[in-house]
Amino acid sequence: CAKRVGRASHSLDKSITLPPDEIFRNLENAKRFAIDIGGSLTKLAYYSTVQHKVAKVRSFDHTAKGDGEPLYEISVQEEITARLHFIKFENTYIETCLDFIKDHLVNTETKVIKATGGGAHKFKDLIEKKLKLKVDKEDEMTCLIKGCNFVLRNIPHEAFVYAKHADSEFRFQNTHPDIFPYLLVNIGSGVSIVKVESEDKYERIGGSSIGGGTFWGLGALLTKTKRFDELLQLASKGQHTNVDMLVKDIYGGAYGSLGLTGDLIASSFGKSATADKEFSKEDMAKSLLHMISNDIGQLACLYARLHNLTRVYFGGFFIRGHPVTMHTITYSINFFTKGEVQALFLRHEGYLGAIGAFLKGAEEDNPNQYSWGENYAGSSGLMSVSPDLNPMQRARSGTFDMLEMDRLERQLVNLPLLQDPSSYIPDTVDLTEDALAREYWLYCFEEALDGVVKRAVASQRDQPEAAERAEKFRQKYRHKLQTLRHQPFAYGSLTVRSLLDTREHCLNEFNFPDPYSKIKQRENDMALKYYQKVVKSLEELSWDQRQFALVRGLLAGNVFDWGAKACCIVMVVNVYHCFFIERPWLVDAYNQWIERLKGPPHKCALFFVDNSGMDIILGVFPFVRELLIRGTEVVLASNSGPALNDVTNSELQIVTERIAAMDPVIQAAVKEDRLTLVQSGSSSPCLDLSRLDKVLATVVRERSTDLVVIEGMGRAIHTNYYAMLSCESLKLAVIKNSWLAERLGGKIFSVVFKYEVPSKTQGQY
Amino acid sequence: MELNGYHCDGEGCGEAEDEDTTGPMQIRSVAEAPCSFAAAASMEKAAAGGPAHRERRISNSTSARQRTDSLRKNRPPFPWFGMDIGGTLVKLVYFEPKDITTEEEQEEVESLKSIRRYLTSHTAYGKTGIRDVHLELPDLTLWGRRGCMHFIRFPTQELPAFLQMGREKHFSSLHTTLCATGGGAYKFEADFRTMANLQLLKLDELDCLIKGVLYIDSVVSVGPPECYYYENPTDPERCQQKAYNLENPYPLLLVNIGSGVSILAVYSKDNYKRVTGTSLGGGTFLGMCCLLTGCSTFEEALEMASKGESTRVDKLVRDIYGGDYERFGLPGWAVASSFGNMMCKEKRDSVSKEDLARATLVTITNNIGSITRMCALNENIERVVFVGNFLRVNTLSMKLLAYALDYWSKGQLKALFLRHEGYFGAVGALLELSNSS
Repeated sequence: CAKRVGRASHSLDKSITLPPDEIFRNLENAKRFAIDIGGSLTKLAYYSTVQHKVAKVRSFDHTAKGDGEPLYEISVQEEITARLHFIKFENTYIETCLDFIKDHLVNTETKVIKATGGGAHKFKDLIEKKLKLKVDKEDEMTCLIKGCNFVLRNIPHEAFVYAKHADSEFRFQNTHPDIFPYLLVNIGSGVSIVKVESEDKYERIGGSSIGGGTFWGLGALLTKTKRFDELLQLASKGQHTNVDMLVKDIYGGAYGSLGLTGDLIASSFGKSATADKEFSKEDMAKSLLHMISNDIGQLACLYARLHNLTRVYFGGFFIRGHPVTMHTITYSINFFTKGEVQALFLRHEGYLGAIGAFLKGAEEDNPNQYSWGENYAGSSGLMSVSPDLNPMQRARSGTFDMLEMDRLERQLVNLPLLQDPSSYIPDTVDLTEDALAREYWLYCFEEALDGVVKRAVASQRDQPEAAERAEKFRQKYRHKLQTLRHQPFAYGSLTVRSLLDTREHCLNEFNFPDPYSKIKQRENDMALKYYQKVVKSLEELSWDQRQFALVRGLLAGNVFDWGAKACCIVMVVNVYHCFFIERPWLVDAYNQWIERLKGPPHKCALFFVDNSGMDIILGVFPFVRELLIRGTEVVLASNSGPALNDVTNSELQIVTERIAAMDPVIQAAVKEDRLTLVQSGSSSPCLDLSRLDKVLATVVRERSTDLVVIEGMGRAIHTNYYAMLSCESLKLAVIKNSWLAERLGGKIFSVVFKYEVPSKTQGQY
Repeated sequence: MELNGYHCDGEGCGEAEDEDTTGPMQIRSVAEAPCSFAAAASMEKAAAGGPAHRERRISNSTSARQRTDSLRKNRPPFPWFGMDIGGTLVKLVYFEPKDITTEEEQEEVESLKSIRRYLTSHTAYGKTGIRDVHLELPDLTLWGRRGCMHFIRFPTQELPAFLQMGREKHFSSLHTTLCATGGGAYKFEADFRTMANLQLLKLDELDCLIKGVLYIDSVVSVGPPECYYYENPTDPERCQQKAYNLENPYPLLLVNIGSGVSILAVYSKDNYKRVTGTSLGGGTFLGMCCLLTGCSTFEEALEMASKGESTRVDKLVRDIYGGDYERFGLPGWAVASSFGNMMCKEKRDSVSKEDLARATLVTITNNIGSITRMCALNENIERVVFVGNFLRVNTLSMKLLAYALDYWSKGQLKALFLRHEGYFGAVGALLELSNSS
């Protein structure tokens, strides 16, 4: 077997830069194959299970616990999760790839491969012979629509607007809670215009024969250039005004009374009808590109208007990641709709057919009932296909492209308390657009990499190969950072959150599930020792003093964040007398908050917690305790999986148990269900309120939650700083990064205490 | 539209009166008379043919006799020309008076006589100028004069030669205004002045187009019908031209296919809007044919197209699906990808120039049909009139348009055509001559 692998990888190595086992990953457990064979590219999809090391925490038996014993046991366990793999490669490699798959496919019971795309019948025999799987053809359009619905629902920042001359070429769209109805304009060799009204309802409402095949066919005739890519390349260098008859060629200027500017094309190729001269290949290709793009754009607009649709997505090989065609189509749509309709493109447009075919085959597994997440570590991201590169280079760089999606254990939904889910943007700064901030943060994450590697190794001292894995992690994440430096748009809008999440995905990829587990354990242990003392000293204060101390405690606790470098050296025992918490704060709504507390208690508070240790135990719990005493129910939302030193749901359960054992107030609240722990559904140091655990959403709704507290830099500053909620909200954090503090007009350790009450009319939503 | 070509300001012809004119006969007069009055509708043809509105104010209350007198007084001096300078072709309409009295003949200056004789005694001018004899309207009355309307065209490229001729024939000495429309009226205005000492009255091309269509349709009563359609367009065996009565034309989608295409929705004689346009028009057909086949004229290109087979060039639905794509109601014969077969080198090597010309024609024509159909749906208009020189001697395209509109609209839309295809702008310009003073 090893020999055969060698042969396969050898032949692949000639054409690709990545070793094949990094491309067709997890083949051992692969099942449910689907393949979409287009005119030049093949897209393979399969489902596999991935074994991951996961850090689990388990409480020790309380009675057995002596002094100095850790609070809970950390054990690394193997967990099996589901993953979807999508690989895109050129048709020329199809045979080599099939061989490779055959050699590695061991544990599969699969008998069938779903196939779609124009090339499916051409390669049917080859696939059946090589893989011994029966090829089962699925309708192309159905697959396309299914795939489109899937990516729109599951991948944030899937859709984008293309703007060639803007600071960032790609402007990503928020995931709209309701993706329907929309128009899909698929530009293959011809054009199909499809109206999609729901998951199962779509209709081809029109089309055109002038499409990608027309550009290619006519282009080949006119310029003697054979390849589609090369034609686009020619077009990007040409001047269409040499071939087209413009309004000014007829009018000498603009046709003012109709508002037609002089530069508008009056007649495509009009000059070649009258001028008896040679035209350059570049100019003709450009003219052809404009003619076809404008024509498609015009028809798309006419159909959109007739059916009253404003969301129009463009796909097909004519579009597929080509900035040139995205630009001309965008231009055309803007021209014909005067900006009323935006041309939208999809990051994973090339995968739609394969995804759809896969979903058709997996219907019995009900993939649509789960939420899926793009795995940044295993996905190639959107490549910038610069027209300046020579086409051969381009072809190679995009030869093997991958998308991996993890099945999330929990179904994710919007926080019901978002004021307007369709306009909610989690991230405060879009680094794709803000070049200065991007530079800073990329530098920051690169600087921090050594520390992260060290911590990863330290977390697995017992494993000799940890250093090697950590080094692989370093290479992978550094490579991601480099990619993002050149292509900030690769995974949608670049944000601090996405940089953090990418790091977590890469750590997981190399089996460092929770590098902070031991630190968290130590800190929790230590903080618990102070809990009763802190509660006692608080109880001695007057009401006014106590409220202030509680808020300061929250803020002080939040300073001890292992994720932020500046704090690692600070260790102040008496957190209630920290110098940096003197008011007035950078954002200071404390007085309004106190006024509110003098009023009736809140019905229920939802609290998104941050760090382990002092933060949760000495900051959050005393604050929560006060709320409970006031008669407010509290829901504590913590991460489902580990991220930095953030407290996870399972850790929080143990911490709560321990506190309950010491504190009758907490004990009673837990018992009476007035204090509830829920998981957020996330494993990120940041917080996306549009992708939260469904159970959380249910609890929030059932308890008529009227206060949301969001704590920490990641959740309240990097994300959600501008989030508008339909109930009262408290966002608080200490800014532990001097660059960010300066940006916000303060200094390091500036305090943000933002208390917001929605206006009456908004509150009715 | 603000601009409707009829400058009625201060003439006292209220818009409300326009709206009062109902019924076929009156509409017809609306079509002919710049500012209609119910009274004008019942007048003899000579008067209704297009009195300048200066007289009409009088005509409303005085006798026809007086009106004829004043007509003479206010009638523009000869020669009567209308010109439409497009991107590819210049269209010239000339009204030749046939009722010249001896007295007039003696008075007529030499240059005027020479122009009249030159134009009417030839059917071709230079290498590229052509008089479309079959289109001439021999017995027409305009502003009280009986005469013949001639239709002449030449390539816009030859405009300098035309100006040179105008200069040699001392056109400018006639102190006449030259009414011109089309983009060239603007682009070449300075050339007219410097090269031929001629002052242009520039007119909006869409105003002129609509005015011209309505006028010509109203004055043609004998001979071949001006407006026609194809009966049984989907059945090549039984498909034939039939006359169509355009008496009550509104609302109407007017598709003008010149070098480019303009699509207008016309609701009344002076209420219209340009819905959209496309740059894929006659210029595209000819331009591409020139590049693909090496031909150099429209006639050549059409000749080749008539002999070619587009199915060798285009990829049809049946080429992909083996037959109809029933799921989406697409018949196997429908074109899935224009020029789609040309992606493949073997097929590129096996097609003829004629095939390529045919495919170009079919592609451009179908696209116009498709955009037109969408506009008709969006504007809720069922009647479509195609005009413009792309359709000249181009039965292929006309039948294709008729077919496409009928098939894809399931018989809802009707494609109409006009015999004077490309000359309406020039006619509209000529009609403005009476407003020139």
